[in-house]
Amino acid sequence: MANTMARSFLQAVSSSEEVAPPLRVVQMEGLAVLKIIKHCNEFSPALVTGQLLGLDVGSVLEVTNCFPFPIREEDEEIEADGANYQLEMMRCLREVNVDNNTIGWYQSTLLGSFQTVELIETFMNYQENIRRCVCIIYDPSRSSQGALALKALKLTDSFMDLHRKNNFTGEKLREKKLSWVDIFEEIPIKISNSALISAFMTELEPESPVAQCDYDRLKLSTAPYMERNLEFLIDCMEDLSSEQNKFQYYYRSLSRQQAQQQAWLQKRRVENMARKAAGEEPLPEEDPSNSIFKPIPEPSHLDSYLITNQISNYCNQINGVAGQNFSRLYIMKALHEN
Amino acid sequence: VWSQCTCRNRCHNSGTIIGPHGPAYRTTITGFTAGWLNYHAEGARVGSRSPENPNRPPRSDLMAVLQFFPPSSPIVSARLHPVVLFNICDCYVRRPDQADRVIGTLLGSVSDGVVEIKNSYAVPHNESADQVALDVEYHRNMYLSHLKVNPKEVLVGWFSTGFGVSGGSSLIHDFYVKELKDSVKDLKDAQNSVPPLHLTVDTGFRNGEASIKAYVSVNLSLGDRPLAAQFQEIPLDLRMIEAERVGFDILKTTVVDKLPNDLEGMEASMERLYALIDDIYKYVDDVVEGRAALDNDIGRFLADALASVPKISPAAFDKVFNDKIQDNLALVYLSSLIRAQLGVAEKLNTAAQIL
Repeated sequence: MANTMARSFLQAVSSSEEVAPPLRVVQMEGLAVLKIIKHCNEFSPALVTGQLLGLDVGSVLEVTNCFPFPIREEDEEIEADGANYQLEMMRCLREVNVDNNTIGWYQSTLLGSFQTVELIETFMNYQENIRRCVCIIYDPSRSSQGALALKALKLTDSFMDLHRKNNFTGEKLREKKLSWVDIFEEIPIKISNSALISAFMTELEPESPVAQCDYDRLKLSTAPYMERNLEFLIDCMEDLSSEQNKFQYYYRSLSRQQAQQQAWLQKRRVENMARKAAGEEPLPEEDPSNSIFKPIPEPSHLDSYLITNQISNYCNQINGVAGQNFSRLYIMKALHEN
Repeated sequence: VWSQCTCRNRCHNSGTIIGPHGPAYRTTITGFTAGWLNYHAEGARVGSRSPENPNRPPRSDLMAVLQFFPPSSPIVSARLHPVVLFNICDCYVRRPDQADRVIGTLLGSVSDGVVEIKNSYAVPHNESADQVALDVEYHRNMYLSHLKVNPKEVLVGWFSTGFGVSGGSSLIHDFYVKELKDSVKDLKDAQNSVPPLHLTVDTGFRNGEASIKAYVSVNLSLGDRPLAAQFQEIPLDLRMIEAERVGFDILKTTVVDKLPNDLEGMEASMERLYALIDDIYKYVDDVVEGRAALDNDIGRFLADALASVPKISPAAFDKVFNDKIQDNLALVYLSSLIRAQLGVAEKLNTAAQIL
């Protein structure tokens, strides 16, 4: 009894450092949403990025404002310019009382092909400075179908630990039970608006009950979008099969090396027996200088995980659009019969 | 033959002059500007009477000739993007305690006399009863930063919250006129004759409604003495198509718990379509039974809408329909197959090694 009491007291004292509650929801202001949409649409199909500003409150990450980054040329001296631009913008925004806290970044994507190594690296960079950061992905091509394609992404903690140790071998992954779904974690988005702007919007809402988003959703021609999706999917499948070939090659060479080692060991043993019979010193059973004992590096699983993520994304999108197509086709059929 | 040019400093052409000439006598009537005519032998100004015109004014260099040009501002109307409105409201909510209004710069583009206001940012300012101070450095820095991102969005005017135009506003407006001229010199743009726009957003809802108005300033002067600047309202287009795309349900309420996904959005659109069709049914029934007045225009619209449904024979339609359904089913099957493949591949890749 006393033991458990003492332990819990110690635990309470030691855990006085704050444990951040897990991030459950990202709350965005309508202003930030509209700014992101405007910036991404203006420059589509080029991919653009920008910074998110806001507050970190408990289990909610609030995004209250954002600003776009200029498109960076591939020039060395403009690196400093980019940092200057960021500092300048943050300073100016602080003067007008905008939250000066960076909580992540946003980027536009083309048909959902955003799971790349650069994304992970950017995440790790941000994570060093900010305790909690999030990446918002906006897809302008899917939004032209009528859905608001905003996603909030975060790396899972287990994946980040693994990445820090830079260890992606099969054993480690099996140990941590980390599969490809566990790399990114999608967080639901909530949208909030101030009372003033909601009053304005209520005033300015047009009279007609049908809006532009309905026109977009009820469009029958989705073929170009599906075609592009399928093209990307096929490319990804090719990448996946090449990754699989890499693994197969690795396993084959590993097993070949094993066989070579066994053969060599056998020969050594025979030799040793002969030597013992002749009364000489037995040779060591290992020879690290021999090349067949050199361990072959295992190819990293990271790429294949990322590709798998992308493929599943494309599949989801195809499913979504196909579902919409079914509804639209049945509407057409009903209309035609009447 | 006219006498020699009497304007002292500005005339660099002392050749023969054929008409009244000089810096004076520029009279203005509201909305119109009377141009003063400058006849030099070489070039006549646009709109002025040519030397061959027999109706030349009588000789006197004291006469003021009134000619009616169209309004000097080529701005006809303005269009506001919802981002700007959101930004202005956000700045207003975040303003420092001692300020009771917020002012800032508007960015956008001009084409064919229509100004599109696409972006904005607030500028810190101090206002007291008799003077207004604006942070010019801040304005210029933000302008340069914004230009780095999007060089096509240029200065088109300024905004302020509050109802109506106050005395301080005209001073600020003059500042922006000068800024516009300076910025245009940098950009070497051809739209240097476009004066800046002034937007007021009434955040106090003084009239019980949202009044967002756009103004252009016209200078009233008598002779050489400027009298006043008149702010004329120009039509403002507040149709927010981008906001419609996002969906007013999301932007209207104070909290939206979940963004609708594909199918939920589809469902909402279908419900709206159904409601529209219901309304039309009821209207047509009412008209047929004489309960509602007949309107030819609506009837014609309805006829057009119905005629736009293509006429295909049932067999052909069935074939097209079935083909599409089969295509979509094939895609769904393909994507499920790929997912199964992914599961298998992953198991293979991380399977225990052969040892």
